[in-house]
Amino acid sequence: MDDFVQLVSLLASTVRLSIPLILCALAGLFAERAGVVDIGLEGKMLAAAFAAGTVAALSGSAWIGLLAAIVVAVAFSMIHAFACITHRGNQVVSGMALNVLAVGLTAVLAFAWFREGGQTPALSGAARFAPIVLPFAETIGQAPIIGPIYARLISGHNALVYLTVAIVPIVSFVIFKTRFGLRLRAVGENPHAVDTAGISVAWLRYRALICTGVLCGVAGSYLATAMASAFQREMTAGRGFLALAALIFGKWMPVPAVLACLLFAFADALQGRLQGVALPVVGVVPVQAIQALPYLLTVLLLAGFVGKAVAPKASGIPYAKEK
Amino acid sequence: MSSRGDMPAWADYVLLPLINLLLAFVLSGLVVLAIGEDPLRAMRILVEGAIGYPEAIAFTLYYATNFIFTGLAVALAFHAGLFNIGGEGQAYVAGLGVALVCLYLDFLPWPVIFVGAIALGMAFGAVWAAIPGWLQAKRGSHVVITTIMFNFIAAALMTYLLSNVMLEPGRGAPETRRFIANATLPTMQTMLGWIGIDAPRSPLNFAFFLALAAAFLVYVYIWRTRWGYALRVVGQNEQAARYAGIDPAKTIIVAMAISGALAGLMGVNEIMGAHQRLLVAFTGGFGFVGIAVALMGRNHPLGVCLAALLFGALYQGGAELAFEMRAISREMVVVIQGLIILFCGALENMFRPWIATLFARRKAA
Repeated sequence: MDDFVQLVSLLASTVRLSIPLILCALAGLFAERAGVVDIGLEGKMLAAAFAAGTVAALSGSAWIGLLAAIVVAVAFSMIHAFACITHRGNQVVSGMALNVLAVGLTAVLAFAWFREGGQTPALSGAARFAPIVLPFAETIGQAPIIGPIYARLISGHNALVYLTVAIVPIVSFVIFKTRFGLRLRAVGENPHAVDTAGISVAWLRYRALICTGVLCGVAGSYLATAMASAFQREMTAGRGFLALAALIFGKWMPVPAVLACLLFAFADALQGRLQGVALPVVGVVPVQAIQALPYLLTVLLLAGFVGKAVAPKASGIPYAKEK
Repeated sequence: MSSRGDMPAWADYVLLPLINLLLAFVLSGLVVLAIGEDPLRAMRILVEGAIGYPEAIAFTLYYATNFIFTGLAVALAFHAGLFNIGGEGQAYVAGLGVALVCLYLDFLPWPVIFVGAIALGMAFGAVWAAIPGWLQAKRGSHVVITTIMFNFIAAALMTYLLSNVMLEPGRGAPETRRFIANATLPTMQTMLGWIGIDAPRSPLNFAFFLALAAAFLVYVYIWRTRWGYALRVVGQNEQAARYAGIDPAKTIIVAMAISGALAGLMGVNEIMGAHQRLLVAFTGGFGFVGIAVALMGRNHPLGVCLAALLFGALYQGGAELAFEMRAISREMVVVIQGLIILFCGALENMFRPWIATLFARRKAA
């Protein structure tokens, strides 16, 4: 029974760790399905986390912080759009620029505004997204098996976790069942055809990148005002790249990408618990080996050893009408 | 780039980058303004802190050494059509190669250690880059993503080695013991002392000359050899290369290996020259700066050297700025760097039509 409760709490922390990955992977899905490579997810999320931390601290409201995070992430996304779509710049370079810019700007502004060595003030009360206890968690929690699952795994998360759970099917629906989604996928595979049909390639891609910005904004706000209680320097810690890896892992499909995020989050949750614990057969596994696992898996997958990943055809290629 | 022919080469190679650079600086000035400081005063402190006195110049050149290596690494790969974002990880692993020789073979005579450490460092960097190269050439996995992944894997690997295997007991941070004097690169202070010049103390060391030599050799390699020609053809058009009898796969792997070896030399400067021990996270993001340096330098070794000097000055001046103006932190340099990558890289063509029109009008008049 004790092992079972342990397992449930491991899964619960998996869920908590997976949220920023899932949001970011879905953000990347919009961009790459529309034919824009976005390695700037990390930077957008970081800038958003800073905006959320700052505004939540000043306004005392996590929700206003969330709004600010979305605005900032969309603004970053629009710089990417302006460079890649309007000026047909190199998409990887643009994404890289945004990552570097976000690391610098957030540190400089946090340091200058708050003088706490690059952090925003600690948040409490309404400035954070607090855990929500679902109805009857107390009573049902007493029951065997179902009890711990309901009380610990399903109940007790914050609003953004439940929001993300709702976002996944919505994104899936938008991409595969709406006209916008159809055109978005088409523009990532064959922009010429979309252009010939009289639909603006640029405007479609701009809209896709707005969606990317919104989702990165939620992800960043989750980091600063839900998972942690302030913005910290470089707090995204490579999650943007991991989300990108999950997207590739999931072959640019929403549900498989989300499952990949859960797998990566599970590895993350596990390494926290495995520190110094000897396992049967292998003995003590170095924490770093588990940390490196998602990256290794991604490399193996990309190399086609775990199954071939095929990117949207027009991904990474700027669209020029006259060609 | 249909409009490229409309303007003279100097406008393309000098004027356009300068305009973009200026824009990056103006925006950085706005950030300084947003903090509530005087941008002009900040600029003065930055310049003075970078080149105002001998010690500052030595530090500027020390940083520039790193940036020449990582900038050349990115530039060379770029000529083969590859975007190597993995300089950070390649330099990190190269540091391990350097340290292995300097720690465990330090009973050997100095010339052997000197050559051995540099060679093993370059070899480690080369291997760490050649694997993504091989994966791209043979398995079709994109080098941008794999090199990013390899950065993370390198970080995990090195943290493990430094905190579990190579750790010097009693140290506060995960790092190895100091190398003996016989296993280090001579500092500029020492070298100038040999010819009777009194130089200030700084981490600037022999690696600076290695950097200049590397820049020259990269120039020769890319524009004066058969292999460099093959590399450029593959970068321009893989199909054409195949018709011309060039093996694109081999060229890509070799290009990545050389790129990684160049990035690895940054590990030589830091580990054998400056720190004289292997420590955690010594690469400090310099691998990423190489991207900005290569973009600014238009992927030409001479341009890379000049851009590396600029970035070296920015890093040294930025440190001084953070010290003098308490409201500004060191990361201000990173902001400028990001803006330079944005304007000189992704938005490099923003003003092109504009300037082309200007020149066309002048020609018509």
